[in-house]
Amino acid sequence: MRAATKMKSDLHLNRRSFLVASSAAAGGLLVSLYLDFPVLAQEGRPPAKVYPPDAFVHIKPDGKILITVNRLEFGQGVQTSLPMVLADEMDADWSQVVPELAPAADVYKDPVFGIQMVGGSGSIAHSFQQYRELGAKTRAMLIAAAADRWKVSPNDCRTENSVVYGPNGKSSRYAELAERAAHQPVPNTVRLKNASEFRLIGKRTPRLDSRAKCDGSQKFGLDLDLPGMKIALVAHPPVFGGRVKTIDDKQARSLSGVKDIFEIPLAKGSGVAVVADRFWTAKQARDLLRIDWDLSGVELADSSQLWTRFRALVRTPGNVALKRGDENSINRIPAARRLVADYEFPYLAHTPMEPLNATVRFEGDKAEAWVPSQFQTMDQMTIAQVLGLSPDKVTFHTEYAGGGFGRRAVIDSHVPREAAVIAKRLRGTPVKLIWTREDDVRGGYYRPMHAHRVEIGLGADGMPAAWRHVIVGQSLVAGTPFEAMMIKDGVDATTVEGVVDTSYNIPNFHVSAHNPTVNVPVLWWRSVGNTHTAFVMETLIDELAVRAKTDPIAYRRKLLKPDAKKLHAVLDLLDEKSGWRKTLPKGHAAGISCHECFETAVACAVDVSVENKRPKIHRATVAVHCGLAVNPLTIESQFQGGIGFGLTQLMGQGAITLKNGRVEQRNFDGYTPPYIGDVPVAVDVHIVPSTDPPTGCGEPPVPVISPAVVNALARLTGQRYRNLPLAQI
Amino acid sequence: MATYQLNVNGQTKKVDVDPSTPLLWVLREELKMTGTKYGCGISACGACTVFLNGVATRSCIVPISLIADQKIITIEGIASDPVGRAVQNAWVEKDVVQCGYCQSGQIMSAVALLKATSKPTDTNIEESMGGNLCRCATYVRIREAIKMAAETI
Repeated sequence: MRAATKMKSDLHLNRRSFLVASSAAAGGLLVSLYLDFPVLAQEGRPPAKVYPPDAFVHIKPDGKILITVNRLEFGQGVQTSLPMVLADEMDADWSQVVPELAPAADVYKDPVFGIQMVGGSGSIAHSFQQYRELGAKTRAMLIAAAADRWKVSPNDCRTENSVVYGPNGKSSRYAELAERAAHQPVPNTVRLKNASEFRLIGKRTPRLDSRAKCDGSQKFGLDLDLPGMKIALVAHPPVFGGRVKTIDDKQARSLSGVKDIFEIPLAKGSGVAVVADRFWTAKQARDLLRIDWDLSGVELADSSQLWTRFRALVRTPGNVALKRGDENSINRIPAARRLVADYEFPYLAHTPMEPLNATVRFEGDKAEAWVPSQFQTMDQMTIAQVLGLSPDKVTFHTEYAGGGFGRRAVIDSHVPREAAVIAKRLRGTPVKLIWTREDDVRGGYYRPMHAHRVEIGLGADGMPAAWRHVIVGQSLVAGTPFEAMMIKDGVDATTVEGVVDTSYNIPNFHVSAHNPTVNVPVLWWRSVGNTHTAFVMETLIDELAVRAKTDPIAYRRKLLKPDAKKLHAVLDLLDEKSGWRKTLPKGHAAGISCHECFETAVACAVDVSVENKRPKIHRATVAVHCGLAVNPLTIESQFQGGIGFGLTQLMGQGAITLKNGRVEQRNFDGYTPPYIGDVPVAVDVHIVPSTDPPTGCGEPPVPVISPAVVNALARLTGQRYRNLPLAQI
Repeated sequence: MATYQLNVNGQTKKVDVDPSTPLLWVLREELKMTGTKYGCGISACGACTVFLNGVATRSCIVPISLIADQKIITIEGIASDPVGRAVQNAWVEKDVVQCGYCQSGQIMSAVALLKATSKPTDTNIEESMGGNLCRCATYVRIREAIKMAAETI
């Protein structure tokens, strides 16, 4: 362990030398010194993290304030909201703020997860305090610089809109103070604003990237263009884990512009890389390859066989995830007050609009990578490992991403891995690997298929007295470094989340799970286990409310534990805002659902009719409790959009299926997410006013919508909808 | 390989490419105009929408050999059209975008709609925009922005 004094001097030296370098280069000031302050830790205590402001804030001589965002921007709006937090505490002129996405570096790791990533709806939840402190520290250093210059006490200075004001009418712009401020010590503690002092936090603030995303100038990972860059496509095996036996590439090589064709190892099995000057050439060449695949010893996953297997498993108890009360009390409840419900959910692809890609250049003893990545730490490590470098030799740029929804947070980093393998062979040449849409739809890493079986015994009051729940689905993390953290007693926590942590007060509650192994790569899909567990819970609770002839909101309130504060609050707000439920036209019905995940509670009401044998969703009203709402405008957008994303699983073609090991869909013609006519015409979002710590808004919109819609359909048709995708009504 | 002379956003451009190359890839890789996006390659998502002689067209399935002297307008050139400018402004005003990847195509389709129908109904919007996929599902705000643009034109 290093002594605190030594660290301080390191910091000092680093800061000085970095300042010199950067002053020369840009005439700038608070510069990007990269520094992961190691440890003031004592034995057994986690290290206290100190984040140096100069890794996050750069005030330019022209007054522009560059704020580094330690996250991928892929639609969630963090590129606006984290700078808002920092700029508010810093009293920066918002019109001068320019966000920048951080490269991979220790200092930009998620303060809670310990790796650099976007996931778990943690961007604001985990970095709110961090960015407030960074802003306040920067402000304190600017004040110290002004006080130093004017020979006054910092206590006699105040700040507003990128200006420090001192006694006797003195004032100085941040840009003028920046260099001097960089030499001030970083304060250990700073006073943060009271909520009443916020100027940006809590205000509906337009996104900073809107214009560039409307005029075509925003560059995404796929838009990257480097001198001498080649395009690579990979022919993947038709079955996951298949290996190349023979390659006939004679015709492919005859195309002008084809640079190289060779076999590469994949995360599982092997494939054939095609490298060309242009995408179209690479694609044509790949189409011309004749590859014999070795599928020996490879499991040929098949949806219909898997369902047979899952249906048998779900009728047997799994590994216990939760035991409360008496497991067998259900057997003593009369049959008339018991019900059994079976649910089935298919594989789902994420299909972000920007196809997966990664660009790598391996030159000399170092490499550079450009990746729209949710998992910078893992992706950087993987590239380094493939190239035989230490991670610090891989400069890793975080590129803007066209969506992700979990698909760019892959534990085995298979896309950057392929790019690195190809770049290694083409040493010195930058290579952009592109997954075509077909590669994406057929490429695995799906939300796993699941079966649920629930047995419920009702009390004489119509409330559930006993609940036995079995879930079958592949683990997301078995066999990965995440296993130790996320698998407890043989149960993957992501399989059962949304059930075991339910806030419904069920006295005798038993949950178990099977995590079978299947030769189909699986992955978290926006809101993870809640994608299916909330559907099961909320459709069943609704069914029980109907049986009890009770209003669905009233029934939920009655069943919720009194301490489920956030859920009670959103149900109250939803009730107040969905008065339209009482005046629906004939042929329409309202559906209700609520769910809490990632510490955010959501309640939803939808107005649904049936048109052309499909649900037509006329409107949705949503109530949200996410603690302090940092940017209510973004939150509104996240909920409007998240609802649309959640509807993917209700689409008639919202399923990935396999036959004889092969994925049956190839593109949006076979796997069809919602278009504009499939989502509600209007979505009004209401936020519960709160000063609680902010919680996530990326994933919580997704789970509520599908159960709400089928609950409305059930009222229209008298049918229950327990198998997805939703067939014709 | 063959040489083609293209009229893109009012400018003449010369490219030397395989005749089967879709217009999308000529724009993106030869002309370095990356505002037009690749999303599916089978005209199922609309991210690659451009105007060919004023008609909204999926550039991912039109080979360059069929373009001839048709006037090509892309997202980079749409601001010079008053309807295009109004749509872009409405998009910014309504804070439509999230990841933004599909929005070039959404905007091109919206401009085409408003040129054909100055005051579109919800049904008009669903028909005209029905082939443009947005995985962030910004559709509610797209609808609002189209109506707002219609008011300002």
